[in-house]
Amino acid sequence: MSILQSNIPGGPLSDKWTQHKNSIRLVNPANKRNIDIIVIGSGLAGASASASLAELGYNVKCFFFQDSPRRAHSIAAQGGINAAKNYQNDGDSTYRLFYDTIKGGDYRSREANVYRLAEVSANIIDQCVAQGVPFAREYGGTLANRSFGGVQVSRTFYARGQTGQQLLLGAYSALSRQVAVGKVKMYNRHELLDIVKIDGKARGVVVRNNATGEISSHGGHAVLLCNGGYGNVFYLSTNAMGSNATASWRAHKRGAFFANPSFTQIHPTCIPVSGDYQSKLTLMSESLRNDGRIWVPLHKEDAEAVREGRLRPTDIPEDRRDYYLERRYPAFGNLVPRDVASRAAKERCDAGFGVNKTGQAVFLDFASAIERYGEEQANLKGISPSDREAVMQMGREVVSAKYGNLFQMYEQITADNPYETPMKIFPAVHYTMGGLWVDYNLMTTVPGLFALGEANFSDHGANRLGASALMQGLADGYFVIPYTIGEYLADDIRTGAISTDHDAFKAAEMEAKGHLSSLLSIQGKTTVDTFHRKLGKFIWDYCGMARNEKGLNYAISEVQALRDEFYNDVRVPGKLDELNPELEKASRVSDFLELGELMCNDALNRKESCGGHFREEYQTEEGEALRDDKDYAFVSAWEYSGDPKAPNHHKEELTFDNVELKTRSYK
Amino acid sequence: MKLTLHVWRQKDAQTQGKMVDYTLDNVSEDMSFLEMMDVLNQQIIEGGDEPIAFDHDCREGICGMCSMVINGQPHGPQQGTTTCQLHMRSFKDGDSIYIEPFRAKGFPVVRDLMVDRSAFDRIIQSGGFVSVGTGAAPDGNAIPIRKEEADEAFNAATCIGCGACVASCKNASAMLFVSAKIAQLDRLPQGKVESKERVRSMVAQMDEEGFGNCTNTGACSAECPKGISLENIARMNRLYLQSSVSPT
Repeated sequence: MSILQSNIPGGPLSDKWTQHKNSIRLVNPANKRNIDIIVIGSGLAGASASASLAELGYNVKCFFFQDSPRRAHSIAAQGGINAAKNYQNDGDSTYRLFYDTIKGGDYRSREANVYRLAEVSANIIDQCVAQGVPFAREYGGTLANRSFGGVQVSRTFYARGQTGQQLLLGAYSALSRQVAVGKVKMYNRHELLDIVKIDGKARGVVVRNNATGEISSHGGHAVLLCNGGYGNVFYLSTNAMGSNATASWRAHKRGAFFANPSFTQIHPTCIPVSGDYQSKLTLMSESLRNDGRIWVPLHKEDAEAVREGRLRPTDIPEDRRDYYLERRYPAFGNLVPRDVASRAAKERCDAGFGVNKTGQAVFLDFASAIERYGEEQANLKGISPSDREAVMQMGREVVSAKYGNLFQMYEQITADNPYETPMKIFPAVHYTMGGLWVDYNLMTTVPGLFALGEANFSDHGANRLGASALMQGLADGYFVIPYTIGEYLADDIRTGAISTDHDAFKAAEMEAKGHLSSLLSIQGKTTVDTFHRKLGKFIWDYCGMARNEKGLNYAISEVQALRDEFYNDVRVPGKLDELNPELEKASRVSDFLELGELMCNDALNRKESCGGHFREEYQTEEGEALRDDKDYAFVSAWEYSGDPKAPNHHKEELTFDNVELKTRSYK
Repeated sequence: MKLTLHVWRQKDAQTQGKMVDYTLDNVSEDMSFLEMMDVLNQQIIEGGDEPIAFDHDCREGICGMCSMVINGQPHGPQQGTTTCQLHMRSFKDGDSIYIEPFRAKGFPVVRDLMVDRSAFDRIIQSGGFVSVGTGAAPDGNAIPIRKEEADEAFNAATCIGCGACVASCKNASAMLFVSAKIAQLDRLPQGKVESKERVRSMVAQMDEEGFGNCTNTGACSAECPKGISLENIARMNRLYLQSSVSPT
């Protein structure tokens, strides 16, 4: 039997969560006041968990590296949040949201977790509305919806192109309310350095105050990691500059298994790289694919002329364009899931049809949407559709109301006006489906250590559908952990406060200081960013949109060599006991350099293609992913062995009792 | 292009700061302003000095972490843009650029261009929320809200809490920030319930943090990267007056 106990409750799928809630142990209110919970991160998962647990009466300490909890990177999510409300009467249901998510994840996630996610999705919308989140509304005053990739119903709630911002500010307001009553204590500009274990249980953390350099210990009865994903391993990603994997990785080194690290999401619609100085990539929301059509020139000579600036895209006639997603996937067209859309873009660019200077871009074109909306408006307003200028103007206004802020952002970055000429886009790293392994209660393999939101692995399988990240972060924080943590904490009502005088805290502090001091003492010649860029390039080239055995083996040896070079030649200026942004970066990169290798090992181990993990050796004749359900319907959970080169592999077999495993087809 | 940069360097809040000059060559117009700062910092580190500290995170104009006063303007010369979204094509070869922190009593300098804006968090904690616990919500469609009201509430809610309003105001007033939250919640039935208490406590906290008062100059709204409207301040003043005259 596997050492991984997923603790999935028995009974029929649709009753599991209800029955589990009914049988889970409770902590009475008087005892909650004696229990301390540490939360790392203040994004959707961290803020919602902190607020909800504090409302229940627990004492919460919340640590985050930004200057304010409102700045966590959830804020940048654009498109929307899914919920099975069926407000559109289009046949949506909890089951359909569950099914779409399981299928979208290419059958590599747990049925029970995904069903629970779909089940609580509707409560999230209600909660957010009650907090004053200004979702988009119809003229009748009801909530509006839009469609997202990989599904055929309209279940996405949104607040223009800033849904993440509005949801996070909602959670932040709930959090602020608990700070005001003293139930949550906030630690801004603080970064986790280590998890402290006593008698095998997570009992606290060592953190560094980045503003002063002070290192301190904090005890608690449970630790919640809500630190987001690890997309910044790639250096260039849509993550914020500070997003990092340190909390997850240090937890991994203390015994938390890391699940499916190679399952990373490459988002199809991002602004392409413009130069070597590039520090991050900017996403253009998937919602744009509702109205934008993706294409490249049908003929290579046109693509070449576009690249050299001799031909404008708007001058290419319809019959010389290749709307390749509509051609290959007629049923879903431009709304195929992200992994499929990204690979299709790569395929066209690799074949020589790319449309920017580097050949690494495709068009996302709004001309036909502008025309269609303009004609609708002309009909509504009784204006003759032959007045083309008026039609186009009205069409631009409709498009602007839907995506105005995204168009503006695009123009600021590229100096191109997307109302006049198609956007140029290319896939970029966006999200990580992999993360710390957790059981049904969201507990990692370390008792008392939980992982929520993007930091865990549980709900999205090998590919996440659009508008599901916000859903999961808030589901975990508002509606799952407040219940499931009771099961663990019920044993702790007599424990009393966790003192940081324990030797385990002293040892962890010493170790953390030692690591940072060693980085400062190298005094080499190469900056942290240089190492980070090199690492990112290896992982992007060999463990990105397409992987193969030879490339992965090469990347592993290169990453090992780069790690050695880092510890011999990195230059970190400044001191330990002061504000030192370069030291913060060096500490994070030291973890990325180990995690990057684990990602390659995981990709190498999984000899099949599924979701975002595309092994070139395993594909159909048409170039679609070829899954191997007989041998690979499992979660890979990696245990740290003490040597980053030799992790131990464990499997959690996935069982599917409620859905039939099919070849994922969007044709 | 080649640039001369005059950058404010200050070790901490207790130490006096000064402008330090740097020259930077080979700046591409496609770089963002912060990427230009990254390149400068690499140059400084390789020269054996300590890099310039500045706040930044998402670099897509939404987290509100970046700040800086560039040539006298918070977030620089381009309207409706945060520093991270400002691109070097807004400048030309040979330009001199002055880069300073947001300056206000309520925003003490942490180092160089970094300031402490936690006063904004404390203002929100004083009442910038709807008092609803998790699980206590009715169906999302139970209360219809006029589209126009929802849109206006959204417009106020787009504030990113960067503090450019304070930095641009001669009185270092935070009234645009505070009023945006008050107006957002006051426009929605869920938030209206507590409007009177909210406006009193948030204004009191704002005063306690050392922010000045509004004298209707409008620099805050003009410099706001999200174009938050002055109407919010009018609404807040109206609510404050109502709440003072009739507190319940």
